[in-house]
Amino acid sequence: MTNDQRAVLQATGITKTFGSHAALKNVDIAFQAGEVHALLGENGAGKSTLIKILTGAYSLDQGTIRLDGEEVSFATPLQAQALGIGTVYQEVNLLPNMTVMDNLYIGRQPRRFGLVDRKRMEREARAVLSGYGLDIDVRADLSTFSVAVQQIVAIARAVALSGKVLILDEPTASLDAAEVEKLFDIVRRLKARGLAIVFITHFLDQVFALSDRVTVLRNGQLIGTRAISDINRTEVVKMMLGKDLALHHGEILAEESEVGETLVSLRDYGLKGRVEPINLDIHRGEVIGVAGLLGSGRTEMARLLFGIDTADSGRIAVDGRDATIRSPRDAVALGFGFCPEDRKLDGIFGDLSVRENIVMAMQARLGWFRALTRDEQMEIAGNYIEALDIRTASAELPVKLLSGGNQQKVILARWLATDPRFLILDEPTRGIDVGAHAEIVRVISRLREDGLALVVISSELDEVVSYSSRVVVMRDRAIAAELHGADINVARIVETIASHHAEAEQ
Amino acid sequence: MRAQSLSHLFSHQVIALAGVLLINWMVFPGFFDVTWKDGRLFGSLIDVINRGAPVAILAIGMTPIIATRGVDLSVGAVMAVAGAVAATFTVAGHPLVVTLAAALAVAIACGLWNGLLIAFLGIQPFVATLVLMVAGRGLAQLITEGSIVTFSDPALIFIGTGSLLGLPMPAVIALLLMLGAHLFVRRTAMGLFIEAIGTNRSAATYTGLRSRSLILAIYAFGGFCAGVAGIIAAADIRGADANNAGLWLELDAILAVVIGGTSLLGGRFSIPLSVLGAIIIQAMNTGILVSGFPPEFNLIVKAGVIMIILILQSARLGEIVAAIRTKNPLGRKTP
Repeated sequence: MTNDQRAVLQATGITKTFGSHAALKNVDIAFQAGEVHALLGENGAGKSTLIKILTGAYSLDQGTIRLDGEEVSFATPLQAQALGIGTVYQEVNLLPNMTVMDNLYIGRQPRRFGLVDRKRMEREARAVLSGYGLDIDVRADLSTFSVAVQQIVAIARAVALSGKVLILDEPTASLDAAEVEKLFDIVRRLKARGLAIVFITHFLDQVFALSDRVTVLRNGQLIGTRAISDINRTEVVKMMLGKDLALHHGEILAEESEVGETLVSLRDYGLKGRVEPINLDIHRGEVIGVAGLLGSGRTEMARLLFGIDTADSGRIAVDGRDATIRSPRDAVALGFGFCPEDRKLDGIFGDLSVRENIVMAMQARLGWFRALTRDEQMEIAGNYIEALDIRTASAELPVKLLSGGNQQKVILARWLATDPRFLILDEPTRGIDVGAHAEIVRVISRLREDGLALVVISSELDEVVSYSSRVVVMRDRAIAAELHGADINVARIVETIASHHAEAEQ
Repeated sequence: MRAQSLSHLFSHQVIALAGVLLINWMVFPGFFDVTWKDGRLFGSLIDVINRGAPVAILAIGMTPIIATRGVDLSVGAVMAVAGAVAATFTVAGHPLVVTLAAALAVAIACGLWNGLLIAFLGIQPFVATLVLMVAGRGLAQLITEGSIVTFSDPALIFIGTGSLLGLPMPAVIALLLMLGAHLFVRRTAMGLFIEAIGTNRSAATYTGLRSRSLILAIYAFGGFCAGVAGIIAAADIRGADANNAGLWLELDAILAVVIGGTSLLGGRFSIPLSVLGAIIIQAMNTGILVSGFPPEFNLIVKAGVIMIILILQSARLGEIVAAIRTKNPLGRKTP
């Protein structure tokens, strides 16, 4: 992407590093006036880092940003806003307890004799909003309106303040279909007015319905920018998920007859609004790979299985007996373990030592009073540090000082110490270096051979293919298809993820 | 490794205490004089641990609470409630055991109330315990019917003013409670679980910890400690003063815990260090008193000393010092 003459906002060679982790590597992107430009990528791809750099929330390490051809650098989001770049976030960040017109005009109220001219403000607010097809009482508190209306008010404010580039960060996440349509109308109108619109979403349908061009990021790198007319859904999914992993491919585990008896059995197990009813049997000695884009219900299914959310329909049976799982504690008692997607937020106890992190689940099972002695703890921790090759200077080191891959192994060790029957791993290899990556994949295969049942959610399709006995593809919060044997390959999975709702009924 | 990290922690508080004691000795040379009279020890130093005992006891209960990212503002009021119950029971002629049991039971009930609001209704600790901070004093006034209930039961009074092995009773009780609580949390899994919940509540839940029950138990223990402190305070003055017993002591207790190195953001904690924190605060109070400083300066001096202690402990300061140290050699090289 060389100098793009039509570009309103052009970023070249953007590089951003956090500590030793490169969040963005030499990314080029340009946004033109009068286009809707979708920015796609899985979690950790670098979308939000890029947006934060473009809006002045982060400083950049390398690269240049040009606005209307002139090089600019923003120290703060306010500067970016003043120069014409407005952002609307998924969670509307306006003031819900103030009126609609206050929200539109805060910081720039029309004045008369030094006082706020509320009459004029009301008149102008009405005029502005009617331009968006909105006829509401602008004197009412913002919180009295739906999220969709709040979203439009936020857009109106951003456009009024900035007016060159509008960044919409997952604007449709909490809207229903009709509201989405309304929002799209507005976006199209703004596009016609000559704004450059950056559209971030996880919904492919919406990308194809609204965008002119699409840019895909993966692992902090630019994968490519394409015109929407030159590309189809399968290609987009391929770009997003990629298959560049230098991984040792195991033989395809097609022999389903090898798996053991049923351990967990789900019948119409679901939670309204989160996961459509699921039917699935999970056997001992089996890895079920779960593929699907973000927001497809992958994580939601894991949370349901582990009792973080409670199902409101269907049944779950473990070892042939009906079970109730209303909390992680119930799940742990059944011999379940869960490595969550966000290690830092839900996984590790950062300030506590590697030893304490490893023994925690086992101790939780033993209860308050049957405490493991220090020697026992050292022994357990030592065993797993060795078995999983956890690289730490000492078992007493705070776990937050370890690398991501080693933290993940600590969480795995925590569950293995409880002698589990069933493990749920949500993105176990996300954001960890290649070496640790391959090791975790090996551990997964070893645990399967040991007779554990595993459900592994991953966006790395090569990886899913390499260890799964079966692959479940999720789409629109439901299981869209189950792939067996020879169907377990990257092309087939990508195809299934991208295919339309038509064949969703299994 | 552990001994090392503990000694590292110890240094701040011990140095602070030594500093405060040294200043006390400079402004009042007789500070370290301890005499033996009537079968017990006397002197400023003894006075420090005696007077510091109620706050030390509150700090023992406050430590696990703060370690789980909570706070209990009601302990001062619960002291008043427990004192009021003890006084009315003993005046009504109940034996000592019944009196103590009743006072402690009411105090534990207060703690359970806080724990229920916080663990099961999800109300923020600050607000939840503020309720009882206000209501508790009202409750105490109802129990004493608005007057100061005085009593003369020697057994009860002994708890506040008596002595054991030469040491004042409040200090003995605080010491035993500290040892008991410390051994309990460290010999059971409680300490580990408290630190886990304080470090990452979400991960604790995902790991299958019973966070709610534990938090409930912690606040009940906080109530119990406030009850013990309340009985001592009442026994000391031979009466229950619903308005003034334990007034503002919750703040001293929080401060003692913070000086003891437990972060208000939760996580690692040490009960003995919190007690040391309480002793530091009392050493300061006593020092200001015996030095003959005009009492108007008391609070200002106290605030100043506390600020110095907290600044010395701040992690940011450590970073700044480290940064200066690494920069300096480079600075020297440039001509």
